[in-house]
Amino acid sequence: MAENRQHTETVSDIHKKITTAFKLFDYDANNTVDAREISTIVFSLGCFPSQADLHQIIAEVEEGSSGYVHLDTFLPVMTKVLLEHRFPPIPVEHILRAFEVLDKENKGHLEEGELTKYMTEEGEPFTNKEMEEMLAVLLNNKRGLVYYRDAVGLLGFDGVMK
Amino acid sequence: MGCGMGKSRPLQEKAALLIQRWYRQYVARLEIRRRCTWNIFQSIEYAGEQDQIKLYNFFGFLMDHFTPASSERNLISHIFRENEICHETEWEKYFCYKGVEVPDSYNGPHLTFPMSFCGVSKLMEAFRHKQQLHARYVLQILGETWRLLRNLPNINHISVCHTKEITICGDLHGQLEDLLLIFYKNGLPSSEKPYIFNGDFVDRGKNSLEILLILFGFLLVYPNDVHLNRGNHEDHIVNLRYGFTKEVLGKYRFHGKKILKLLQKIFSWLPLAAVIDHKVLVVHGGISNSTNLHIVSRIDRHKVRGAISLMVCVQYVSVLRPPKMTHQRNSGNGDIDGPMEGRRRVRSLTNHSSAPAHRNNFHRRSLHNLSVGNYLSCSVEDELKKRRRLAGFDQSYGEMKTSDSDSDPEFRERTEIYGREWKQIVDLLWSDPMPQKGCVPNEVRGGGCYWGPDVTEEVLGRHSLQLLIRSHECKQDGYEFCHNRKVLTIFSASNYYEVGSNRGAYIRMGPDLVPRCIQYQASRTSRELTLRQSVGRTERSALQALKEQLFVHKSDLIRAFQEFDPDNMGLISLRHWATATDSVLKLGLPWRVLRPQLVSRTHYGMVNYLQWIKELSITDILETMYKNHSNLETIFRIIDTDHSGLISFEEFHQTWKLLSSHLKMEISDKAITDLAQSMDFNKDGSIDINEFMEAFRLTPLSLHQASECREAFFY
Repeated sequence: MAENRQHTETVSDIHKKITTAFKLFDYDANNTVDAREISTIVFSLGCFPSQADLHQIIAEVEEGSSGYVHLDTFLPVMTKVLLEHRFPPIPVEHILRAFEVLDKENKGHLEEGELTKYMTEEGEPFTNKEMEEMLAVLLNNKRGLVYYRDAVGLLGFDGVMK
Repeated sequence: MGCGMGKSRPLQEKAALLIQRWYRQYVARLEIRRRCTWNIFQSIEYAGEQDQIKLYNFFGFLMDHFTPASSERNLISHIFRENEICHETEWEKYFCYKGVEVPDSYNGPHLTFPMSFCGVSKLMEAFRHKQQLHARYVLQILGETWRLLRNLPNINHISVCHTKEITICGDLHGQLEDLLLIFYKNGLPSSEKPYIFNGDFVDRGKNSLEILLILFGFLLVYPNDVHLNRGNHEDHIVNLRYGFTKEVLGKYRFHGKKILKLLQKIFSWLPLAAVIDHKVLVVHGGISNSTNLHIVSRIDRHKVRGAISLMVCVQYVSVLRPPKMTHQRNSGNGDIDGPMEGRRRVRSLTNHSSAPAHRNNFHRRSLHNLSVGNYLSCSVEDELKKRRRLAGFDQSYGEMKTSDSDSDPEFRERTEIYGREWKQIVDLLWSDPMPQKGCVPNEVRGGGCYWGPDVTEEVLGRHSLQLLIRSHECKQDGYEFCHNRKVLTIFSASNYYEVGSNRGAYIRMGPDLVPRCIQYQASRTSRELTLRQSVGRTERSALQALKEQLFVHKSDLIRAFQEFDPDNMGLISLRHWATATDSVLKLGLPWRVLRPQLVSRTHYGMVNYLQWIKELSITDILETMYKNHSNLETIFRIIDTDHSGLISFEEFHQTWKLLSSHLKMEISDKAITDLAQSMDFNKDGSIDINEFMEAFRLTPLSLHQASECREAFFY
């Protein structure tokens, strides 16, 4: 999260941050988490990786094919990611521009169908569940439209959500 | 939508990718917040339960050292007085409904007995329309239920091998909507549709009594197909704190206390467990390494009061009367003095490094190490002397009455046996599973154990069982497997902490004995909430609750912060903030993650802590009162033995003294008097409890009252 000036963050601070986030999912209290939780953990540390990036990280840290990740393996890998600022946050303007690219006719909004098509067919497609949830959050129900400027403001991205 | 011009496709692709990344990040952060929120509620909930135990420990201390003549006896003795009525026949007369007339003006449901399916349906319909059942019928249903329960064994053996499916429900906690939803989805109980209700029907929700009446109704109509297990909340002292007592008294001003007394009996007669096809054990809390169902089935369960009741009430009886059957807890669990590190909560989302440290500093007198005879140890005596001095009580107190009885070997043996039986029951109703191996006392709740997967294997094996179904803990999805799928937790109160916090679930099980869990969530609103809204709402509640806790501990917090600020700059680093807060609150929460939600302003990574505390404060003076809001209320209700809602000024005064000594605080007599006056209580020298508690609802007091209190209540 970007509240500290990066230059004052020490490695031990980083370690603590990673460990805390990790332990939120360590249900058995044995410093292990389900590999499927790794993406959530990585995101929660302020990173914005793509799905491909995440798969790579998971492949690196997973214990063989057990489906589990141990803190000892995760910590150095994630520390490096954070020190390198490998997946920096996306500036607001870029998100807006991205929406504007999709909004070919410059309407200022996207229709439900449009957004769904893009999200479920392009890039790293959403599952039906993800799409449903996104629409529930972003859709202005009365008209079935997504006013993306508002949406971006609404969701924010700085880590502290209102 | 066409596929667009060829040139813009890669751009389109990039845009989509970016948006997807951005959105997925948002969802993940939401998930983190949800976990934290969950954490908060649970730790506060369990800390509350612990508080309760501490309070009763204190009463226990006091009671042990009574002399017949001492004045404080009158205060406390009548609280826990065993009624003069001893025989069942006399109880029957006392609870008789026949004298209760139903006026013509009553337009609630009329019931005829013996109870029929029609009757229960009528009841459910009435409750759905928020009608109230007349006290006469309540007493009638309860009376019949009591009679029936007395004939039931401690452990019910159920069979589903005749192609019937059985339904098992977990905690309901007064949430009528959930019960009705289950019936709607799953069907009503009948001989074709047997049900087990696994305890904790009451407390917290506002329809505990309605739930009981419906469940008892079905029990009366289908006694062989409806099974009720006792939960730890089926205990009248727990009910004093967690709302059931208040609910009953609020709904039945005149007959309320009789109803409560009858319920007390009923609770003590509720069966403890059920076993399906000799293979599946269903019990409210869980097991311990000493669980032995053969012993359990032979106990006189109604004589063994609930965990807390026992410690307080029955012990009291033993002190003031010649022991017919004196009750003594046997700290038979060998792990009590074991290393502290092993004791962790199951969902250890906490910072482990802090856990052992703070636990060692906490002197907890849990149910485990109580023993009547041991009170003669020096430290206990000193402790008590100090407290009594603080409370302004008589300095002298005589010898313990039980000291001669201790020397009687037969008596000792009886009490040991009794202690073992008591432990069996408490373990069944209060324990929680843990991921680590072993079996340790459940210090968080103050009763029962934490038991590990090895204990599950052992106990199930010993009894040739294959599955343990239990409740007692709220689960986000309404159910959860653990211990290699040998233990299944089922929790049926949805939205337990807050709207949207969790789903409820129930189990269907056929002759194959494979559990199928069905989830639901009551309240349309919660279903319609988006993930974001539901997390947001729950989170706001949790954070509010947390802020209240922080506020309540503000003096300790300031002290802890000052240790990191030797030069008195008024600033500490975020890291130190987290450490200090953790050490004071001892809730084991991930403070670093929560920090942005709690501390809004930082100067270059430093927190101005005094400012922060000030911002937290609701009002300046009411720290102690808020902190002890539940304790206060509980104490008041205990003192108000005739449940009239009024206590005398003298009792009020003594209550405050008691509480202040319990809290090791000095409160002057003048302060108490001024307090009473500023609250405008003195009507005929009695204080209306409800008025008093209204004043302490956890919302800010009016400015006028606040400033009055400020004068009255200095510390």
